[in-house]
Amino acid sequence: MTAVEDTPSVPLSPAGNPIGFGRMPRKEDVRFLRGQGNYVDDLNLPGMLHGAVLRSPFAHARINSIDTSAAEALPGVKAVITGETLAGLGLAWMPTLSYDTQAVLATDKVRFQGQEVAFVIAESRYIARDALELIDVDYDPLPAVYDAKKALDPDAPVIRDDKEGKTDNHIYDWEAGDKDKTEAAFAAADVVVTEDILYPRVHPAPMETCGSVAHMDPVTGKLTLWTTTQAPHAHRTVYALVAGLPEQKIQVISPDIGGGFGNKVPIYPGYVLSIVGSIVTGKPVKWMEDRSENLMSTGFARDYHMKASIASTKDGKILAVKVDVLADHGAFNGTAQPTKYPAGFFHIFTGSYDYPAAYCNVKAVYTNKAPGGVAYACSFRITEAAYVIERIVDCLAAELKMDPAELRLKNLLKPEQFPYTTPTGWEYDSGDYEKTMRVAMDMAGYEELRKEQAEKRARGEYMGIGISFFTEGVGAGPRKHMDILGLGMADGCDLRVHPTGKAQVRLSVQTQGQGHETTFAQIVAHELGIPPEDIEVIHGDTDNTPFGLGTYGSRSTPVSGAAAALVARKVRDKARLIAAAALECAPDDLEWELGRWYVKGDPSRGRTIQEIAMDAHGPLELPDGVEGHLDAQVVYNPPNLTYPYGCYICVVDVDPGTGQVKVRRFIAVDDCGPRINPTIVEGQVHGGLADGVGMALMELIAFDEEGNNLGGSFMDYLLPTSMECPDWELGETVTPSPHHPIGAKGVGESATVGSPAAVVNAVIDAISPFGVRHADMPLTPANVWRAIQGSPVRTDLAVS
Amino acid sequence: MQVTVTVNGQEVTRDVEPRTLLVHFIRDDLLMRGTHWGCDTSNCGACTVWVDDEPVKSCTYLAVQADGKSITTVEGLEKNGELDPIQKGFMECHGLQCGYCTPGMMMVGRALLDKNPNPSEDEIREGISGNICRCTGYKNIVAAIQWAAEHPVSTEASEVTA
Repeated sequence: MTAVEDTPSVPLSPAGNPIGFGRMPRKEDVRFLRGQGNYVDDLNLPGMLHGAVLRSPFAHARINSIDTSAAEALPGVKAVITGETLAGLGLAWMPTLSYDTQAVLATDKVRFQGQEVAFVIAESRYIARDALELIDVDYDPLPAVYDAKKALDPDAPVIRDDKEGKTDNHIYDWEAGDKDKTEAAFAAADVVVTEDILYPRVHPAPMETCGSVAHMDPVTGKLTLWTTTQAPHAHRTVYALVAGLPEQKIQVISPDIGGGFGNKVPIYPGYVLSIVGSIVTGKPVKWMEDRSENLMSTGFARDYHMKASIASTKDGKILAVKVDVLADHGAFNGTAQPTKYPAGFFHIFTGSYDYPAAYCNVKAVYTNKAPGGVAYACSFRITEAAYVIERIVDCLAAELKMDPAELRLKNLLKPEQFPYTTPTGWEYDSGDYEKTMRVAMDMAGYEELRKEQAEKRARGEYMGIGISFFTEGVGAGPRKHMDILGLGMADGCDLRVHPTGKAQVRLSVQTQGQGHETTFAQIVAHELGIPPEDIEVIHGDTDNTPFGLGTYGSRSTPVSGAAAALVARKVRDKARLIAAAALECAPDDLEWELGRWYVKGDPSRGRTIQEIAMDAHGPLELPDGVEGHLDAQVVYNPPNLTYPYGCYICVVDVDPGTGQVKVRRFIAVDDCGPRINPTIVEGQVHGGLADGVGMALMELIAFDEEGNNLGGSFMDYLLPTSMECPDWELGETVTPSPHHPIGAKGVGESATVGSPAAVVNAVIDAISPFGVRHADMPLTPANVWRAIQGSPVRTDLAVS
Repeated sequence: MQVTVTVNGQEVTRDVEPRTLLVHFIRDDLLMRGTHWGCDTSNCGACTVWVDDEPVKSCTYLAVQADGKSITTVEGLEKNGELDPIQKGFMECHGLQCGYCTPGMMMVGRALLDKNPNPSEDEIREGISGNICRCTGYKNIVAAIQWAAEHPVSTEASEVTA
């Protein structure tokens, strides 16, 4: 098996598209290719004004005064808003998605470099930025907490002295698993390996930065907010709660979004400021951040300092794993994850292996850095979890002098163990892990690669092979267990079939490039037999779509995809009743074939879904209890997460003289259940693999001792280009989820979750002859070279 | 000051502040929103347009520098209602996801093919290395440009648009 195989053929529509699952071009492409996308910054409303945010140059400083008079006097400036203005409106602080508070504009202190201090509204973006230069802020700089490991020192400056009685920088302690059982397993183990593993601070950096256009209609009192959000409905509710605006008068529109990756889940001060600006001026106000603002102030990702230990028998049977985490949350706890899980789904760190005991504790602290933490396609911290387990398993393999593939194969969960309850309480739905791993090893030619490596080592060349086997948990989630700010994570879906048999399906989730306009049409097509080109997908507008929690954590297909399938089945059931009336038979006498109900035993007598749609709107006498029209709505509450998984193998060449890493090959075998549109799935995987190469080798937001952000532009925050990415080699296995209506598991974040460990494991494998067992990301040439020299560094801090 | 440029074949004259960036001139003065802005520092290439047929990152190029020159944007790729092969290639090969980097990618891809009609994969990768995409991992962008190379504009069509 060398490539992804196409799904079995399904009937084609007149336009040549599969009436159901299969490859088809994306419906959304036609506008993007012509430059006719409609992103937030493309909006240009009559009378629209432009906002710009003044940001703190200091990581930690007291604000003595802010003089805005010169800015206000600049021709073209309409208003300057400060924290004091907002305090008068009760809006200086807003809730975060983790029940903390965050300053919209600083009043007492600034707590990270880049924090919002003032907001200028002017006739043009240039004038607004000119005015920022004229605002005079008198600061008293304070010592900054730049190192999470020092945040709880007794003499550490207290960052959140805005919180009454707060005397330290502690946020929470959280644990999962059975500590005593785990300690007992460690005490009885032949082999124990421990490693300090950092997942440094990185940033999703979507190509489109965050922004909004707010229009508060002074006559109707209706607020329309066009904004870069992955969760328009959740945002609407939060704005209602924050600003006291009536929710029925708030319309949140998320138009085309230029990539999200979790960066566009939180509510940022800029969004709120554009709303306040529109209220103050009576005009629409646009705010678009620049790249530095995006990198320095919006949702970062990771920043987990992990001490991982693994216990095993001497022949490599894993017995237990424990992880001690210090989590750097920045100045405000602005993470976004289900309320019950302050560390997200990190406790899925037990991975894909069969062992009885595991324990983690997570201690979260404030530092003088930007808030965030759950972003960058991380599936609520599963990225950190998958990385730590796959790294420590490789460390164990090194200790045991075992091939890391052999060690994994020895410990992988077996198909008959599913559904499998992990030592930390997750119930994995389905899997055939060894099969997937064997496919990946076959595609890679694993044995040949090891031979090549041995030959090259003999010649003094350093080639590395890295494996990662990850299990994801996506599709949050069962509302009994999962909510964000009290909003249960269920999603609605409405379907209307018009009289001519063309349909509109309305989603609560919001695409940021995932191709929802195509795949959700294919799901409905699969269930109803209506060609996908006849199905319009409507999303990203709270006035025109049902409520739901939005797109992140790979939840669109597991949650809304299920809703779309079920709403179509509901329509199909109704169509059966209408067809029975039209055919003058009992509903039970009818059988379904794609796109048509027909009489059992007499296939020539039937009604197509299009004919039924017209019947439903026409003069046909309908049975008692059957309303006219052909529409339905559902709210889908997932019974469990879905658990996609995969095996990735990376091959690198390392130049020991320079530390330069070249990713030569990358084999990715994903199992995400049935693939609705294989082309789109592959595209999602490609993108996530590039993320993995970026994080493993290049991407980093580090800080110096004054709390200065050292990754504040694309000159410093390095993203992978076409030169760093290899020609990805993809494979698949298909293990459906037993509880999802179409068996689909979700895939958007799998590759971002699974790939960093494969790259790092490959690099460490390459340089293991130098005695290196671990080195932290990013494995830049300098860091690899230092590791080879035996002098590893803290990659998260500036080296002086 | 006054700037006269030919944009996608149409001559336009506007008064602009001397500091106006070309990307803002195109987007905010000419109201052509297909050219995107991404980074301010010439790193990402979302703002790539052609100035006299050479790809230029319009976020670090002043509108006044373009005075008297010809500018081509993504809106200028389609000719007589027919998509350019580069546009078709991106659609055929799923070379785009969120669509934000796509105009810039297509402009460098088209420019590459105009100079080198049959580039190797390495040449394509080098050709687009000044443009960042966060969605696709580049594989399908490379494939899209290869597709366009394999499906050039027919001679007849070229004559019509000439």
